[in-house]
Amino acid sequence: MGASIGQTGLKLVGFFLLLAGWLLVLFALILLPAAGSRTAFVCVGLLIEFLGFGLAVRSHMRLGDERE
Amino acid sequence: MTPLSTPVLSESASAICLALVLLVPLAGVGLILINCGLGRSRSAAHMMLASLCAMAVAVVVFAAWGFAWQGLATHPGHTAMLGGRPWSLLGAEPWLLRGLPMDGSPWSLSLLLQMFATALVVLIPLGATSDRWRLTACAFSTTLLTGITYPLFAHWVWGGGWLSQLGANYGLGRGFLDGGGAGVIQVVGGMTALSMACILGPRHGKYMADGMPAAIPGHNTVYVLFGCLLAWLGWIGLDSAGAILFAGVATGRVPLIAINTTLCAAVSGLTAVVITGKRFGRPDASLSGNGWMGGLVASSAAAAFVRPAAAILIGLVAGILVSYAVDSLEFRIGVDDPGGAVSVHLVGGLWGLLAVALFGNFAEPYQWLAQVVGIATLLGFVLPLTYGLNALLNRFYPQRVEPEGERQGMDLHELGSGAYPDFVTHSDEFLQR
Repeated sequence: MGASIGQTGLKLVGFFLLLAGWLLVLFALILLPAAGSRTAFVCVGLLIEFLGFGLAVRSHMRLGDERE
Repeated sequence: MTPLSTPVLSESASAICLALVLLVPLAGVGLILINCGLGRSRSAAHMMLASLCAMAVAVVVFAAWGFAWQGLATHPGHTAMLGGRPWSLLGAEPWLLRGLPMDGSPWSLSLLLQMFATALVVLIPLGATSDRWRLTACAFSTTLLTGITYPLFAHWVWGGGWLSQLGANYGLGRGFLDGGGAGVIQVVGGMTALSMACILGPRHGKYMADGMPAAIPGHNTVYVLFGCLLAWLGWIGLDSAGAILFAGVATGRVPLIAINTTLCAAVSGLTAVVITGKRFGRPDASLSGNGWMGGLVASSAAAAFVRPAAAILIGLVAGILVSYAVDSLEFRIGVDDPGGAVSVHLVGGLWGLLAVALFGNFAEPYQWLAQVVGIATLLGFVLPLTYGLNALLNRFYPQRVEPEGERQGMDLHELGSGAYPDFVTHSDEFLQR
């Protein structure tokens, strides 16, 4: 049960990172006029999203293990 | 409301475009047959009825307020000024399609294509949820998809929203390009399919005690492969009409779009045949069908902008990605997706969006960055939104059928009669694993 709550927390962190990465992409578009820095921040935002997606997937895998 | 500008189409071009739009429902018919064939025989009638109900809910919601929020690129929407640039966030059309002249003009064709696209997107989650998704829950979830998630993203891409304006506002190529709906239809549907498969959990008996998945083969491979053929015709219409109406491509490029769509599907399907043949000793018909569909999906965004040689490469990569994604989801991640909807539509669609940037010929710089921003929006906004809405719905209205219903089969449990009353039901399907 405790582990399940932990995995749900991990999933929430994953979704938070997905959203945070997207917001970073938006802020890069709005706030950074220079093409180089804008490109860099958009790529970093996407990487954060991949990290978040990985965490959300990982939490789903562990929840599955617990069901067994 | 006065149109800002209208795409110019001659009378003959409009007629060609209308014919292409009218091919699009065949893509839906194909998807329904594929979903039905890849499910169990005891849930076949339920799958067909759920598909009809989902499409019915989708078009009603589209007419009621979906189109109002989705909007048209040529009409002004609800706009916010961010960083000194206009960001169109939501459509501002009249509700219930009031006051819209249905006169065969390009934007009335856009309206028709958008309605068909809405009916198409709701069929994708059904592939991942067969044998366990309640009919009423499916209708509620479809309302959320077509009433909130889909029109928002569709406005941003097809309705003149901020993603389509990335070129004009920030110098990113021609803005996010997705004429055939690789992102708007396929990835949005695929993300909803992934969310629903996770929320519902695997089918009873899918995973053994040691965590290994059991093979639950589809009940009718002929449906699946015939569905692939119908979907091919539908996709030619979808890719061509979408490119003309949403990406401003000339009707003269329709042959190229049809050739690229066909090449993508053919190479992707052949790749899946070879991969499954190598791995299992003989080709797997269902997975090969998934490969074919993955190629169609991957072609959606790129077909109008790449050369045939690039389409072959896009199809090759799509076939590899879809074949291995099906296995990864089932074996490693533990997502039970009977129809391969996540692998085909989510993975194939994302690859298609990226392929525009990799292989497209554009005079404007930074097209690839516009595509990356679109993909980031799908991952960072659409996925949490569709998962959150469906998880919330599941909390108040459980979406999974009771264990007894799953054991009995969705046909008998929810409809009271089976799809094939003359068939013998194999008792081993009911054994506890």
